[in-house]
Amino acid sequence: MRTHEGHGPAIHVQGLEKSYKELAVLRGVDLDVPRGGIVALLGSNGAGKTTVVKILATLLRADGGTATVNGFDVAREAPQVRESISLTGQFAAVDEVLTGRENLVLVARLRHLRDPGRIADDLLARFSLTDAGARRAGTYSGGMRRRLDIAMSLIGDPPVVFLDEPTTGLDPQARIEVWQAVKELAAGGTTVLLTTQYLDEAEQLADRIAILHEGRIIVDGTLAELKQLLSPAKVEYVEKQPTLEDVFFAIVGGGAGDSPADRADRAVRAVGSHE
Amino acid sequence: MAQHTLGDTAVLLGRSLRHIARSPDTIITTAVTPIAMMLLFVYVFGGAIDTGSESYVTYLLPGILLVTIASGIAYTAYRLFLDMQGGIFERFQSMPIARSSVLWAHVLTSLVANMISIVVVVLVALLMGFRSGAGVLAWLAVAGILVVFTLALTWIAVIAGLSAKSVDGASAFSYPLIFLPFISSAFVPTDTMPGPVRAFADNQPVTSIVDATRNLFAQQPVGTDIWVALAWCVGILVVAYAFAMSAYRRTVS
Repeated sequence: MRTHEGHGPAIHVQGLEKSYKELAVLRGVDLDVPRGGIVALLGSNGAGKTTVVKILATLLRADGGTATVNGFDVAREAPQVRESISLTGQFAAVDEVLTGRENLVLVARLRHLRDPGRIADDLLARFSLTDAGARRAGTYSGGMRRRLDIAMSLIGDPPVVFLDEPTTGLDPQARIEVWQAVKELAAGGTTVLLTTQYLDEAEQLADRIAILHEGRIIVDGTLAELKQLLSPAKVEYVEKQPTLEDVFFAIVGGGAGDSPADRADRAVRAVGSHE
Repeated sequence: MAQHTLGDTAVLLGRSLRHIARSPDTIITTAVTPIAMMLLFVYVFGGAIDTGSESYVTYLLPGILLVTIASGIAYTAYRLFLDMQGGIFERFQSMPIARSSVLWAHVLTSLVANMISIVVVVLVALLMGFRSGAGVLAWLAVAGILVVFTLALTWIAVIAGLSAKSVDGASAFSYPLIFLPFISSAFVPTDTMPGPVRAFADNQPVTSIVDATRNLFAQQPVGTDIWVALAWCVGILVVAYAFAMSAYRRTVS
């Protein structure tokens, strides 16, 4: 049920500018994000990715340009924008003193939804946190905390979700858990804008990729379109070695919740595929 | 969304009260310092202090209550600072909730926590021989003054919590507030103090609040003290609230 469905693209940004004192971080950002799917905003540290997200999430005012989210102007229609979005910031924004379940109930109450308890239990089950639901979030591992954080962002079914560097600081296993959660989210029709500095993350997750560099979006397109920017692929014969990541997952197994049999199976495939 | 302000504040208040219930040490540490001070002054210095007819603990309690509040509000700055550091503040800010409810929840939590600390301190004072024949109305008046005083100081704590750069900075501002009662009529009558000190002591907010509370406890006429006390509290409240709100707006510009 989407009560605040707007029109046009999910996100429309034009000529966005923002300076911190003398430092011009954004110098005219243009970006269109169609509805549905995952868009990765790629850029090195300090490129202004977080600034873009904060402006879109109504936490920061732009100096110039316009931005609409779900058809609502972030400056003039901030309350409607807040109805349309949820934000998962760089640091997992969970309340460490509350339990996982209480965190979810808190957000459901603040979104004025009926039956917060049921919503919380459903999300705990969906994110494999049911067993940990009664424990304080402060005792969670990095991956669990992120999953809880993302679960909190889904409450109220907002049409647009911002994930600001969702896997920074996570171990490889937790990273895959988060990727899985993001894919499920997009599969449900939600528009996801995620920022990342990891190229493989963008490659894994995103339908479209926008590269933010020196305050502007310099490239924007699908992975295939981006690849075409370079000269056509040339054919080279290289002996393919397994990457360290392949080895790591072959040995310790993939995402959480796998049976040992699954893991062994994947280990064989991971090693076998590089012969 | 104005109709949600009360509901949102109540939900967030429930959250911070859970924090307190799960770390009751914040209430205990708030009460311990003033209780230690009370023991020290009554059983060590008290014998040498002449306050007239009433027992020294009865004389001392109003000032001790203000010290309790001054040390208790530091936790509001601390909790607010942690919220801002942890990212949950930004989550709340990006949600469709009344923005002021985030601050009000912290302020009301401070009120609840401080009132519990106050009750603990009063119970200890009763054990130490504090007695008052004050009626229900007088107690209500005392409670009213303390509530307004707590609100005023808490909004100062909100400014500190919003603008602090470190945890230490967020709570350090309360030290001068804890010290202020010493240069007032809280511990000793002001008439033995040298001229300029006495002038300061007689005209700072703590003295009027302490005198009004003391007279209410002693069933004496409160005269103008209570109005001066209330004027100070409301004045500080209004100014601190205005600064806190402007600091709050700066966090979202």
